Parts: sequence; C-alpha cells; structure tokens
Amino acid sequence: MTALIEAREVALSFGETPALRGASFRAEAGEIVAVMGPSGSGKSTLLHCLAGILVPDSGEVKFAGDRIDQMSETRRSALRRDRFGFVFQFGQLVPELTAQENVALPLLLGGVRRTAAMSRAQEWFERLDLSGMEGRRSGELSGGQAQRVALARALVAQPQVLFADEPTGALDSLTGEHVMDLLVGSAKEQGTTVVLVTHEARVAAYADREIIVRDGRVAVPEGLAS
Amino acid sequence: MTVPLTLLGLLEREPSHGYELKRDYDAYFGRGRPLPFGQVYATLGRLARDGKVVISDVGKGDGPDRKRYIITEVGATEVDAWLTEPVEPEPHLQTILFSKVVLALMLGRPAEEYLDTQRRAHLQRMRELTEVRRTGGLVDALLADHSLFHLEADLRWIDLTAARLDSLAKEVRK
Repeated sequence: MTALIEAREVALSFGETPALRGASFRAEAGEIVAVMGPSGSGKSTLLHCLAGILVPDSGEVKFAGDRIDQMSETRRSALRRDRFGFVFQFGQLVPELTAQENVALPLLLGGVRRTAAMSRAQEWFERLDLSGMEGRRSGELSGGQAQRVALARALVAQPQVLFADEPTGALDSLTGEHVMDLLVGSAKEQGTTVVLVTHEARVAAYADREIIVRDGRVAVPEGLAS
Repeated sequence: MTVPLTLLGLLEREPSHGYELKRDYDAYFGRGRPLPFGQVYATLGRLARDGKVVISDVGKGDGPDRKRYIITEVGATEVDAWLTEPVEPEPHLQTILFSKVVLALMLGRPAEEYLDTQRRAHLQRMRELTEVRRTGGLVDALLADHSLFHLEADLRWIDLTAARLDSLAKEVRK
C-alpha cells in the first residue's frame, strides 16, 4: 500500500535540544493512527513535521508522494489550508467570530464565497449535535461544544488528513468520548486519514493502530513492516 | 500458575537449592505472602518429573538442602515463551505482569520489549471494546466501559513501569 503521509528518519532539534532523532511514520489513506508516548517524547513535534508546520533538520516528509520538507512556506501554507485539518487540545477558535463563521473560515480562506461557505458550515452544526449554537462566540460555548466547533472547522473543507493533538485533553471523560465518537465517525465517513496524538489509551483505542514515540524515535513502529 | 514459571525463571539465572529459590521468591515476588516450603518442593518435583529441571546432588549450600536444581533446555524454552508472549488482556494482571518484568530484568532480557508487546495486546483489546461501545446499546457500552477503565489502569502501570525500568533493574540484578 502507498502511504498518503509519511516521515522517514526525521530529526529536529530546538537549539541544542533534540526533539526528534530519526522518527519514521506512515499512514495510508483513510487510516486512523494514534501517536502515543510520554510527555516530551516528541509526538507533537512529529505531528508538526508531518503537517508541514515545522521543517525537519534532516529526513523526509512526504504527502501523496510530494516532499513537504522541500516545499516553500507558501506551498506548505496552501497545503495546510486545502488538504489538512487541525484540532488542538484547546479549540483555539477565533473569539471575535461566531461559531458558524469559525467553521466557515477554512472555506472563506480557500476562496469560497461567503453565502456558500456559511451554508456548508451550517450543515456541520446538526451533524455534530450543535444546532442552535451557530451565533454563539467561543466564550459562550462549553469546552465540549467549542471542541466540536473546532472539529467542524477542521473537517468542513474535506481535508485528506486530519491532525488532532490531544483533542480531548481538556475535556471530561464523557464529553471527550462524545468528541471522539464524532471525530472518528466523521473521518471514516469522509475517508479522512487521522493522525491522532494522545497520551490517553482510551483515546488511542479509537485508532486503527498506534505507534509509540520515545526519546524522539518511534519505539513501536507497528505498520512499518511493509 | 506463575509460581512454577517464576521458579524456573529464577533457576535460569543460576542453579539453586530449594531454600534459595524460596528466599528469592519471597524477596521479589511474595510481597507479604511467603511461598510455603512444601509448595516449593512439590513444584520442583513436578518440574523435574516434566523434564524442566534436573537435580544435581552436590552437597549443602548455606542451608540444609542437598539437592541443587538446574534448569533444562525444555525449561528455559518455556520461560522464554512465557516472557515473550503477552498475557491475555483482562483486568487485574498486575501480579503476572510484575513477575514477568522483574524476571526479565533479572535475566537481562528485553523487559521494555515485553512491555511494548503487552501494551499492544491491551490496546488491541481496548479497540475491540471501543467498537462495542460505539456500535452497541447503552448496556453493552457500560459493560465495555468497565473493562476499558480497568485495562487503562493496567496500561498506566505498564507506562510507569517502562519509565522506571532502569531503576528497577539496579534493584533486582545481583
């Protein structure tokens, strides 16, 4: 099988401190892979390299066969906007915008006209049990609601890869499970590949498989055997 | 079930008298529940009958025993298989996992790899239970949740132990 997204022997240091020391990773189209490991092991740095947010010092990062690590910042930005979606621990919604405008944002940035963007954003409110929340701003949403809005924003442009970094880290168990049910259900429905960084086994159990990052390396490279 | 395998593991470290095995078992694995002498010798008798140990009559060590037990190839293979294979994931495995980790460290085996293998087995079971939660009714979901929380507790112990392997190795290696 061809990997949709792949890292090979990626190394990256912050100053004198190595964060990744030759980490390798691959995910097929539609696959959900959990990236686990202790705090400070490099799992979020690996996600940032895969997503083109950070450029590694050495090694290769490929998306659909193209070297992300060799792309210009402009091309990587376009890739992040058009092909990738992101959910972080804290929803990181734009506080000045309504929930619906937040969800529509990736479409608006991608050049979709406002009426069409708002209409497509609206569809996600029912899908993620958020009906009636469209006009609220982030300060008027609970943690679980804000995270579901963030999820809708990440998926509205139908990305090929969803990067989720501790998406339930700030939520209680029940709310976290609701968010994960929706995240996995929506990703599977759309055929979206998910790279899910988490230190929680219950969250990782939603994935098709897991890898363990330890000291900047992938310690349990299950799925790399091919 | 773990007593015969643990005694075999201790014998792989070095040939020993029965009382030495009891002393080491009680120190590392007994934890307030000493192994009765009768059980030690009965177990060693069965292991000898099954060809997993042989008896060498070499006189007294520090205690009254005359018999010294030596692990055979069959016994060593059984210890290796036990350490390498993950335990069927189910709640309350700490005793077995603890014994396997300590023995692996004593024998200079890759304890971290065993823990990784066990983690994979646990996560696979958790995946199955998560699917039951997602697709089943509320009763199924609640039953699956109970198992998931217990397996998660095991996994936390596995992670913590993995982080402390170096310190643990110093404590248990002779």
